Amino acid sequence: MTEKRSIVIIGAGPAGLAAAVRARKSGIKDILLLERDYQLGGILKQCIHNGFGLHVFKEELTGPEFALRYIRKIHELGIEYKLGTMVISIDENKNITTVNEQDGLRIYKAEAIILAMGCRERPRGALRIPGTNPSGIFSAGTAQRFVNIEGMKPGKTAVILGSGDIGLIMARRMTLEGMKVKAVCEIMPHPGGLTRNIVQCLEDFDIPLKLSHTVTQIHGKTRLEGVTVTKVDENYKPIEGTDQFIKCDTLLLSVGLIPENELSEEAGVLLDPSTKGAVVNQYLETSVDGIYACGNVLHVHDLVDYVALEAERAADSAVKRIKGTNPQKRKRMTVTTGEGIRYTVPQIIDRDEKDKKIKIYFRSKAILKTVRVNAVCKGKTIYSRKFKQLVPAEMEYIRIPSEKLKGRNIIIEAVKK
Amino acid sequence: MKREMVCIRCPKGCRMTVEYEGTKVLNVKGNSCSKGLAYAIDEITKPVRIVTSTVKVINGELPVVPVKTDKAIRRNLIFDVMEKIIEAEVVAPIKEGQVILENPADCGADVVATLELRKVTND
Repeated sequence: MTEKRSIVIIGAGPAGLAAAVRARKSGIKDILLLERDYQLGGILKQCIHNGFGLHVFKEELTGPEFALRYIRKIHELGIEYKLGTMVISIDENKNITTVNEQDGLRIYKAEAIILAMGCRERPRGALRIPGTNPSGIFSAGTAQRFVNIEGMKPGKTAVILGSGDIGLIMARRMTLEGMKVKAVCEIMPHPGGLTRNIVQCLEDFDIPLKLSHTVTQIHGKTRLEGVTVTKVDENYKPIEGTDQFIKCDTLLLSVGLIPENELSEEAGVLLDPSTKGAVVNQYLETSVDGIYACGNVLHVHDLVDYVALEAERAADSAVKRIKGTNPQKRKRMTVTTGEGIRYTVPQIIDRDEKDKKIKIYFRSKAILKTVRVNAVCKGKTIYSRKFKQLVPAEMEYIRIPSEKLKGRNIIIEAVKK
Repeated sequence: MKREMVCIRCPKGCRMTVEYEGTKVLNVKGNSCSKGLAYAIDEITKPVRIVTSTVKVINGELPVVPVKTDKAIRRNLIFDVMEKIIEAEVVAPIKEGQVILENPADCGADVVATLELRKVTND
């Protein structure tokens, strides 16, 4: 039996919750929110630190508080959701196959799907660190769950590989719980996380940040006994004679997040190799008609506030489609990355007369000081903005006046003055 | 004296240059709002932070509840406050905003719950 819904949202983390609330407020009654966990809120429930909500709620909140504000709205608005429900597949006709304990196997047919599955952590296997396979090696998010939800400490002394935000947050968290964090090693010459986290998570507690360093050996048979840390050259190759043994019983890996797009791919959604998320236009529509993507499944964000705002835009697009007010007769342009730019979202602009400004999010490849970010069409710079500094860890955006767009391609580049 | 610092009052992370003498701030450059100025002055005179952690729960649906200090506290009191947080226990049910510890270590802030937690009866 197939049940019909106007909008089905996959994932009830910040993106899914914000999309559901927005779509309901825009008058869509039959929304279904699908979540595989036993509760709403996604990863926010374990992000107990503060710093969320400054843009969306104009106050500083912790992750659980941010999630609770949306969860209460879901209940107030009577939005239908299903917990403990796994989506097994979606197809290009927007059939969604689900399983859970109560309903067994159930298929939903949606007019629009919003993908909001978030991302997962890169595991140890992706790093190929030589050595033994003892216990005591965790991804940073797993350790965060142990400490903040299960109430358990992962060990006594730790080294953290990777300076992503979760790793930095966990360096502070473990220190507060009485653990000794001996070092954070980052293979890149610049930190992976937000500068504010370097300050308040490492510097406040005198935790050394070793840039251009990586873990080259894992020691210990049953439990981790230590790691070898080595300096790397500009090609990220270990430099001989720079090995240093650090005794520890815990190694956290904070080495990147990967959007969870297995379902998207099955539905025929085209992915961008740089973001590992869907290729979308400025309406956040994927290559499959009526399937939208937002939040960390689209590209990994620094701030949950931006996730929520992006999800609202995806919801607006889905609502327009259902109401039949989405723009027609669009001229398609591709957005390509030029010098200094790692990726852009969107990757496609479907031009419409009604658009005023097109917002393009981007990340730089390296730390760039005093640069101009240019938008170039047919060899002509149609828009340019000065940036004092671009950091790969911090997403930035430009807003291009849509009447200046020309041709079939636009290049975004970051050029030294 | 001059110090480079990054404002942590919001995720924008303005990079600022602060000129000061002792604990007197003479000039702040690079901030984009008044919060940055206040942060720079706090960092030179009395650095403050919000502390977040978890407190042990009895009879709850989860073994711990997330908590925070309801105001920023002096940075040098963080570990004194943590000591009280680690010792503390609270009985479920718990409401968001419920005071778990009143003014621990005389820090000037209360420790409050940041999540609601249901009671679980063991049968």
